[in-house]
Amino acid sequence: MAYSEKVIDHYENPRNVGKLDADSDNVGTGMVGAPACGDVMRLQIQVNDEGVIEDAKFKTYGCGSAIASSSLLTEWVKGKKLDEAAAIKNTEIAQELALPPVKIHCSVLAEDAIKAAVKNFREKRGE
Amino acid sequence: MGKAEVLNVPVYLDYLSTTPVDPRVAEAMIQCLSMDGVFGNPASRSHQYGWKAEEATENARGQVAELLNADPREIVWTSGATESDNLAIKGVAHFYQRKGKHIITSKIEHKAVLDTCRQLEREGYEVTYLEPNSDGLTTPEMISDAIREDTTLVSVMHANNEIGVVNDIAGIGEVCRARGVIYHVDAAQSTGKLPLDMDAMKVDLLSISAHKMYGPKGIGALYVRRKPRVRLEAQMHGGGHERGMRSGTLATHQIVGLGEAARIANEEMQVEGERLKALRQHFWSSINDIPEVHINGSRDHRLPGALNVSFAFVEGESLLMSLKDLAISSGSACTSASLEPSYVLRALGLNDEMAHSSLRFSFGRFTTQDDVDQAAKSVRHAVEKLRELSPLWDMYQDGIDLDTIEWSAH
Ligand SMILES: Cc1ncc(COP(=O)(O)O)c(C=O)c1O
Repeated sequence: MAYSEKVIDHYENPRNVGKLDADSDNVGTGMVGAPACGDVMRLQIQVNDEGVIEDAKFKTYGCGSAIASSSLLTEWVKGKKLDEAAAIKNTEIAQELALPPVKIHCSVLAEDAIKAAVKNFREKRGE
Repeated sequence: MGKAEVLNVPVYLDYLSTTPVDPRVAEAMIQCLSMDGVFGNPASRSHQYGWKAEEATENARGQVAELLNADPREIVWTSGATESDNLAIKGVAHFYQRKGKHIITSKIEHKAVLDTCRQLEREGYEVTYLEPNSDGLTTPEMISDAIREDTTLVSVMHANNEIGVVNDIAGIGEVCRARGVIYHVDAAQSTGKLPLDMDAMKVDLLSISAHKMYGPKGIGALYVRRKPRVRLEAQMHGGGHERGMRSGTLATHQIVGLGEAARIANEEMQVEGERLKALRQHFWSSINDIPEVHINGSRDHRLPGALNVSFAFVEGESLLMSLKDLAISSGSACTSASLEPSYVLRALGLNDEMAHSSLRFSFGRFTTQDDVDQAAKSVRHAVEKLRELSPLWDMYQDGIDLDTIEWSAH
């Protein structure tokens, strides 16, 4: 399988790999996918009092496209307001990374991950 | 530095997929192509071009027969193991259909056997697909328990192409002969690598393929026992070549290539086998201190140069992406939205994630110790890197049992 240069770049130099304190009040965690399906993404966001995402971290088990999708996502959500982040569409990720049709599900998973992280954060805040 | 490193190409560690043609084989083949070579049609009876070609193909038939300790008249040329499997299974099933329509095989056969059986099911045959044990082996006892009054054929492979485990075909042959059932063996992966003795083993039909043993692609053979005689219904009709079992002008250069490959294998098998086994053991001892690494299939009953390994908590395709310096294959085919883990690994009882994290390494005639060292180094580096990225590895290290988590399947 031939990967796009952007996928290879994110795969070889993944941005924002890591873990935030899931118990902290200003951290939202989204974990989506399943090991049996071959991909699991964990995306975490740290949100300041203005509702702006000031940090994001990920870890992903999956193919190169899944790793690249989540790495790209962490770059995109930083500095965004929660609503803006939750509005990111999988098609934008797929287009940016030039994912082939068989890898579109990786971008869908990334969209699910940011939505889940935002939801988790809002639930914590009782919103 | 290994040769591949100097040339800046990946190290080839995929010998179970196919092998390069041995230079000695290539040389023999070249002699059978052009005007000044043996280009004639072996079926031409009226001139020496034909006679010379026939001499060449018959010499090759003798070389293959010698490798199998068989009679040359028991060798039928085909286009490869896929065709041999089709001819053996459909040929026997059709010929003996009045005796019965039940066939026994295993769940981890090559697709050339499984899909042929599926076709026979569509034609009204009944097929039993045996589940191998956790070592990946299909045993004589399993066969004995599965044979019925109406069973005509058992087809169980010698060495498995994905995990490299080796079945006791002599034992299975005994059971089949005692119960009056014909036994076919797909030996595409073992011919020339493990001793085969048709005189001693009660095997009735045996498929071989040249490109797995340093011969060319597109040629193979089916061994068909003469005593006691096994009958087949031909699948390819035409000029009545190969005693009517497989029509079509003999591909002299291909056949000569297979013959030469068989000759070399017969001479070098033992020394080569010991060398490959040592390389395999060296490779395993260089990576087995990585945590949560598992060999798939029996440790004792396996091809000398083959190893299938699961690296828990990392995914196979990304692992391959990190191992661009190695030409190897993975246990999952992540080419569709629904990732398909290998049916062979699933049948061994591996869960989907372990099947997804598996790689097949296969060493061969031109593999060096440097190649193996480079592979071990790259594998270690890739696994460490990907585990750093893996949320599953995180959870495992935090002592979380992944089976207790409710995953959002997609
Ligand atoms: C066990 C087994 N059977 C059959 C085949 C098919 O052989 P061929 O490529 O000669 O048709 C292969 C190789 O792919 C194999 O490994």
